[in-house]
Amino acid sequence: MAHGPAKGISRWLFTTNHKDIGTLYLWFSFLMFLLGGFFAMVVRAELFQPGMQLIKPEFFNQMTTMHGLVMVFGAIMPAFVGLANWMIPMMIGAPDMALPRMNNLSFWILPFAFAILVATLFMEGGGPNFGWTFYAPLSTTYAPDTVNYFIFAVHIMGASSIMGSINIIATIMNMRAPGMTYMKMPLFVWTWLITAFLLVAVMPVLAGAVTMMLMDINFGTSFFNAAGGGDPVLFQHVFWFFGHPEVYIIILPAFGVVSQIIPTFSRKPLFGYSSMVYATAAIAFLSFVVWAHHMFTVGMPIAGELYFMYATMLIAVPTGVKVFNWITTMYRGALTFETPMLFSIAFVILFTFGGFTGLMLSVAAADIQYHDTYFVVAHFHYVMVAGAVFSGTAAVYYWLPKWCGKMYNETMGKIQFWIAFIAFNITFMPQHFLGLAGMPRRYADYGLQFADWNMVSSIGAFMYGGAQLLFLFNVVRTITHGQPVSDAKVWEGADGLEWLVATPAPYHTFIKPPVISAGVEGPEWRVDAPAPAMAFKTAPEAG
Amino acid sequence: MSSEGNYYVPEQSKLPIFCATAMGLMAFGAASWVIEGGDAKIFLVGLALMTVVMYKWWSLVIDENMQGLVSPQLKHSYVLGMLWFIFSEVMFFAAFFGALFYVRVLVNAWIGGEAAVALFDSTPTAAAAANNEILWPGYERQWPVMQTPDQAVNGDSAMFKGPDRNMSLPLWEYPVSQWLSKLYTLLPWLPLWNTVILLTSSFTVHVAHTGLKEGKRDVFLRYLGITVMLGFLFLCLQVAEYYEAYAHYGLTLQSGIYGTTFFMLTGFHGAHVTLGTAMLLIQFIRGLKGQFSSDDHFGFEAASWYWHFVDVVWLGLFLVVYIFG
Repeated sequence: MAHGPAKGISRWLFTTNHKDIGTLYLWFSFLMFLLGGFFAMVVRAELFQPGMQLIKPEFFNQMTTMHGLVMVFGAIMPAFVGLANWMIPMMIGAPDMALPRMNNLSFWILPFAFAILVATLFMEGGGPNFGWTFYAPLSTTYAPDTVNYFIFAVHIMGASSIMGSINIIATIMNMRAPGMTYMKMPLFVWTWLITAFLLVAVMPVLAGAVTMMLMDINFGTSFFNAAGGGDPVLFQHVFWFFGHPEVYIIILPAFGVVSQIIPTFSRKPLFGYSSMVYATAAIAFLSFVVWAHHMFTVGMPIAGELYFMYATMLIAVPTGVKVFNWITTMYRGALTFETPMLFSIAFVILFTFGGFTGLMLSVAAADIQYHDTYFVVAHFHYVMVAGAVFSGTAAVYYWLPKWCGKMYNETMGKIQFWIAFIAFNITFMPQHFLGLAGMPRRYADYGLQFADWNMVSSIGAFMYGGAQLLFLFNVVRTITHGQPVSDAKVWEGADGLEWLVATPAPYHTFIKPPVISAGVEGPEWRVDAPAPAMAFKTAPEAG
Repeated sequence: MSSEGNYYVPEQSKLPIFCATAMGLMAFGAASWVIEGGDAKIFLVGLALMTVVMYKWWSLVIDENMQGLVSPQLKHSYVLGMLWFIFSEVMFFAAFFGALFYVRVLVNAWIGGEAAVALFDSTPTAAAAANNEILWPGYERQWPVMQTPDQAVNGDSAMFKGPDRNMSLPLWEYPVSQWLSKLYTLLPWLPLWNTVILLTSSFTVHVAHTGLKEGKRDVFLRYLGITVMLGFLFLCLQVAEYYEAYAHYGLTLQSGIYGTTFFMLTGFHGAHVTLGTAMLLIQFIRGLKGQFSSDDHFGFEAASWYWHFVDVVWLGLFLVVYIFG
């Protein structure tokens, strides 16, 4: 096992190394991020002015749909799986992921799945045009034939997610170094354990939903057809039983990242470690019992509306615990504001903002006004972009020096942050106003009264897109020309096993597991017997 | 948790990317197959590649175990992998059971213009009443749905026609007082026999396991062989039942929501029985080759867990699809 990476392309095609696979996931997700971003640019360009200028409404629908699908399943989820692959074995003192070959399989399914999905854009009838939530009967009775490609692409994507999650669960449950008890695990590991559980639980339900679609479309069943005794609303129930846990699948690892970064740059241990763990578990549990708050307008009985409203509001409690803990971690800390910290603080502020608009949406009576307007679009972009994407960006800046042994350009990082932060708010803040004024989502055209804020939003979107190119440039530049760093502890305030191994991280980290001190709980534990691998520095270039 | 620190991390492998390629071909091929005018060529190429990959992959894992590379810790990873895989299967079935309950309890009442949960108030909501009066006049709440809403409105020109007969417990056709004298109607009722077969097979696979643990190879092989045959018998009866449904009951995938849920639930279960039988058959062949020892036989154990899982799903089906169907 003690060998370096293979030469050439075969290293990436046939690898079983968690760091290689993590790198593959991260680059793939960034590629998808740019592609999904390009789709968003097309959407915003068309919405720059009222009237139809650039594209046809049919194509506009395909763009909004593909933007959502690619961003959720292609960009954000794989990005965090990439981080999990890189960091979890290093954080818990494991030699690799529990099932390394299956790990590579999980990754390589994704390029095939997305090739199929994107290829539908060039097929007769065009790509998916029914929104990323693919509600029946839009996605069944009225869908183009290519919906079948979409269905099977989702199937193999789901298989990839399930295998990846099982791997993560097995790694965390089985591969921890001696003394690394559950309540000593870094919070990023905890959030991923719970995320992986959510994935194993709900990806099969998504598979069920698309299977029902497949049968309704091709084999004459009537799941979503009231004429045969079924119900189109059934689709929404099945979809959101997957879909609501899905949004926590996206945000929980982001919570984990921020919980690693804020203590480092506050030079204080994370405040309320155990409450963070319990809050994460509580959010995960609640995510299973609130799905119909996405469907307040379908005509549920009043008892259903009330139940889903109150249950949804409950989520604010554990989420509040988290936000307070992050703030209290910073309180009286010796703060510095490197790029990862800036993104993390922006995360806390903007995610909280998005959480509050979520609370507004959870009020069933009020939601009848907000439903399917740009207010909803603004809400979930505050939690998806300023939540998940900001946190992912922070994670890359935070761990990049550990991965490749080189420091990124701090000034460029800060410039990127400020452009992204300002542009993000220019893009999405006005969408709240548009939504409250009644502009519906997913329309290619709009009334004149919405013209001003749409133009502002589009300008912000183009700026935000530009900031991502700066990010790409900074990362590539770091890998090729970055200032070498060799301190194991790249950040002076950092704590955790990954900061005890050499920089850059050796190709194989813990051949013998380190031994963790007993007694102390939470993030303040110490290592008794460092693993031999921590000492050696003859690491081949990773990255 | 690790204690010995010699976890086996395999070298590079070409299997995963070939497996992913096979999955890609199968997904693309299946989609082009179901679209009108398409054919199964690409799908079959993918399937063939997948078969080769699976054979090679499992052979490799078995070889590694025989070389002694698989530490107890790695074995535990395999155990966790299998258990969580079964959990994901449970959730897949949960989606279809959930769909059944939702349609049966709520939608059926609403289309029929009734209150779904009449515990406190049996007056239908205005929405449910309007549903029935405006959209599906004449449809009455019923389960199994023998006459679809489509039929209630459009009569013989309906696209979705309910079945002539359903698969529920035959006794429901008679008043309770006659049940005892009508018990014989259960004899030709296939689901009952299928239940007996599957329960017996769960028992025989357990006996095989016990035999293996006690080092009684003959007991192991005999009872595992019986289990495989029972699995096969179950599938034969299931095919007979489907034939019966299509040929004599007018019950098809297209016969409204009852046919939909009936065939999708029992069909997916049948697919899982097929998979489970194949798994057990492979373990039987491995047993003949002498690849198991009394303390090292996870391949068989995993297959038997899967078998028990399939059995439990059947019990759920037997209850909600057949007895109270």
